[in-house]
Amino acid sequence: MIFIRRLPQFDYVAPRTLWEASSVLAERKSEAVLMAGGTDLLPKMKKREATPRYLVSLKNVPGLAYIKEDKGALKIGPMATIHDVESSPVIAGKYAILRDTSLVFASAQIRNLATVTGNLCNAAPSADMASPLIALGATLSLSGPQGGRTIPLEKFFTGPFTNSLGEGELVAEIQAPQPQPHTGGVYIKHSIRNAMDHAIVGVAVVLTLDGSDVCKDVRIALGACAPTPVRAAEAEKALKGNKLTKAAIDKAAKAAVSAAQPRSDPEYKREMVQVLTARALNQAWQIAR
Amino acid sequence: MKQTITLTVNGDEFQLAVDPRRTLLEVLREELHLTGAKKNCNEGECGACTVIMDGKAVSSCLVLAVQARGKKIETIEGLARNGKLHPLQEAFVKHGGLQCGFCTPGMIMSAKALLDKNPRPTEDEIKTAIAGNLCRCTGYVKILESIKAVVDGKG
Repeated sequence: MIFIRRLPQFDYVAPRTLWEASSVLAERKSEAVLMAGGTDLLPKMKKREATPRYLVSLKNVPGLAYIKEDKGALKIGPMATIHDVESSPVIAGKYAILRDTSLVFASAQIRNLATVTGNLCNAAPSADMASPLIALGATLSLSGPQGGRTIPLEKFFTGPFTNSLGEGELVAEIQAPQPQPHTGGVYIKHSIRNAMDHAIVGVAVVLTLDGSDVCKDVRIALGACAPTPVRAAEAEKALKGNKLTKAAIDKAAKAAVSAAQPRSDPEYKREMVQVLTARALNQAWQIAR
Repeated sequence: MKQTITLTVNGDEFQLAVDPRRTLLEVLREELHLTGAKKNCNEGECGACTVIMDGKAVSSCLVLAVQARGKKIETIEGLARNGKLHPLQEAFVKHGGLQCGFCTPGMIMSAKALLDKNPRPTEDEIKTAIAGNLCRCTGYVKILESIKAVVDGKG
């Protein structure tokens, strides 16, 4: 039985810059936790699964809630909420896969608070924003006391609910390259309920055609099928450079199963990976044409 | 250490000294005695604590009061004006959109946040807006009917 109690005691730290936030994290080490929207962290604290001495909130750092396109890339600021994704005109066009994802994310009340970056940093294997962003080829700009570095999103996750942020490091920006022409993106979330539910399996596909029906490029990412969100490299290899047909898609969907290492219900999840990868590829093909 | 914050709740400004670990929900209920927003699951799953913050529906159990500093908060208590119920409240009464009533304040605040932005939502848009509000009595049909009645001007 887990009791949900009032929040435990902590010191509330509200820095004015990202640099200041990162200094506090570096100085206080494991005693400090960074909070963006708080929708994952506050319930953990109420259950005493997290009891930070210092809660470092980004709410008072101005100018972090942006979503924009700049130099041919999508840029999402660390405090942009899921609702910001849902309502952003920049997202609605070329990055519609992220808008579709935002609509199957939790509930309206949560979408208004939760941030994209927080969803990634919480690093749930089922994190809805992770697989579509991996499929888009997203990278993260990290900044910390030792300076900045950029890593591909797919290398960010190190296990269930763990990420590769070092001491004092934080995610300063999410970037994704602009999709090429003739690209279609699809995220299919398989869950019992339509809202307030985790994905049993999530499949994200971003597929680019060469102008005809030949697959020029494809990225496939799976959620909730392994300790971290993963790319289905074998499936991508099976499609790249080949003409899209029902048979080719079925073959790729079968190959996607090798990327899954489910922590629970392995037979069911593997079967669903195959079914949903085929479905997502077919839908992405239609959008890309 | 307590921090001083200013909240505008239902149009009235309040200056409060709050402990940083108090949620907006706790401050509304325990300091301002506005008990319409309900403390139920307390982890953002049920929607019973829904209030509108700067025009957006939020789970007030997941907002620290110190983070609501300077924000405009609307709760169910602010809906009726001069003894006259808000059209959504009227419709819930008229169309039987409630049974035990526990989810009702949150349900109505979610519906209000939707209608404030989009006065003519489709049935799907209404369902999406209240998808984070659990009701264990009604089966949602009459709730949906109540909200649709307001949309159709038959509140």
